[in-house]
Amino acid sequence: MTEQMLRVGSVLPLTHDVYRMELYGAYDASVTPGQFLNFRVGGLYLRRPLSVCDMANNRERASVVFRVVGKGTEELTWLREGDTVDTLVGLGNGFDLSKAGERPLLVGGGVGAAPLVWLCRELCRRGAQVQVVLGFRTGADVLLAREFRSFGASVTVVTEDGSFGETGFVTNVVKTLSYSHFYACGPLPMFRALEKTVATDGQYSFEARMGCGFGACMGCALPELTGGKRVCKDGPVFGREEVRWES
Amino acid sequence: MGKLSVDLSGWELDNPIIPASGCFGYGKEFAELYDINVLGTFSCKGTTREPRVGNPAPRIAECTAGMLNAVGLQNPGVDHVLEHELPELAGYFRKKIIANVSGFSLDDYVYACEKLGKSEQVGLLEVNVSCPNVRHGGMSFGTTPEAASAVTKAVKGVTDKPVYIKLTPNVTDIAAIAKACEEAGADGVCLINTLLGMRIDLRERRPLLANRTGGYSGPGVFPVALRMVYDVYEAVDIPIIGMGGVRTVEDVLEMLLAGASAVEVGAANLVDPFVCERLVAELPNALDRYHFRNVRSVVGRAHPVVRWRDRAGVKTKEE
Repeated sequence: MTEQMLRVGSVLPLTHDVYRMELYGAYDASVTPGQFLNFRVGGLYLRRPLSVCDMANNRERASVVFRVVGKGTEELTWLREGDTVDTLVGLGNGFDLSKAGERPLLVGGGVGAAPLVWLCRELCRRGAQVQVVLGFRTGADVLLAREFRSFGASVTVVTEDGSFGETGFVTNVVKTLSYSHFYACGPLPMFRALEKTVATDGQYSFEARMGCGFGACMGCALPELTGGKRVCKDGPVFGREEVRWES
Repeated sequence: MGKLSVDLSGWELDNPIIPASGCFGYGKEFAELYDINVLGTFSCKGTTREPRVGNPAPRIAECTAGMLNAVGLQNPGVDHVLEHELPELAGYFRKKIIANVSGFSLDDYVYACEKLGKSEQVGLLEVNVSCPNVRHGGMSFGTTPEAASAVTKAVKGVTDKPVYIKLTPNVTDIAAIAKACEEAGADGVCLINTLLGMRIDLRERRPLLANRTGGYSGPGVFPVALRMVYDVYEAVDIPIIGMGGVRTVEDVLEMLLAGASAVEVGAANLVDPFVCERLVAELPNALDRYHFRNVRSVVGRAHPVVRWRDRAGVKTKEE
């Protein structure tokens, strides 16, 4: 973990309430897909954690994608090109790429698609045949699908109301696919539905309200789901077998 | 003694800066960031007799000038701490630590304090009678002079280590409780723990924390904490470890002036992981700027002369 003053490249809307922000900094090799950044935002006390969406320009430019849900995320939308933001970089345990196999499956729900982008880029670069299933509420919420396709992955988009792509939930598609390993990021109900559908080992990236983001305060530990493991330090990515789904 | 050094019941610390319990784990996460041996010491995560998994999520909420937490004393239990955390700690921290202990009955306190008190890595016991986030215990021992006195006596009976009682601000008269601890044999007091508070989720129309309420900490509580340290200094003659919202070196000096012999820093570590390292580095210049010879000569100086001379007879001799 390092503390850096990242320089904002751009903040652009992807949908009516989701934004993508690019941040220039020095991201060394210890920063991996699935990790997160923790931002100090004007006027607020606690930092705001956001997963790294993608990494470009020789590890000089990271991007994050976030939905505006409260004051912290709203403040982030007001950042402008050239602004600097105090950030803790390289937090958490990211995805384990070594388990991917030849045909990994990536499942994203809503903004949960974001942390899978860099993962997809890396897996495709390593020659894996990546399949991506992205679920959204409506066609207006669809994001990042073209990004995944640009790496050469085969992408299926599902919307609950059928206004874009397939109709229904990601699990409708997942059960028709064959894959070597899966990686998922999205809301907890999606994880629970997936857990009943998937046929292989896999990894889930969790979200939590955090205090510090680097393991000191136990604020983000999930007693029921992970037996008290910290989302920020032991996660945010947990192996399927580490989670107590019956809780 | 050095310019920054302080004395806590015979234990000399290099400086008065101490990360507070619950905001520093067992130091491991911070040892990856800087050499934590620059600290005076640190207070470990609150430890109980049995392992505790803590409260359900969410446990954390933002609020004006600070945060709420309702972690609920998640910890691996005293036996695990002695077998794993402390031996591991020896690999990256040379100094003794403050062992923070919590409990749900007198037996719990006695059990955990007796065991931790035997460890050579423990410099003093910080007995938490003030956790607001667990039911049937914790804070209930700190809200009446009688209960605080009973815990103090029980713990003093089973350890030779200095016993400092960590007090809650959620009481009518904190000085009376500090006095009761002193009379029961406490070697010092630590204050304040968090202020009981809550936030409500507007969309869901229910409390934001799963525990409904949580402890408020951060810069917003600093003036409250400072006033309480000042009041307690007037009431007792034992050392005080002051804490609550401390963030800057000026805050540290104010705490010392109010009567704290050492200063714990809590929530600030969570948003600025390097804060304590910086406070230690900034303290010598801050002393010069306000014309103090050393840290010890600051303690209690905001009180009338008769009080700090009378109370700190030993300390004034050292100047």
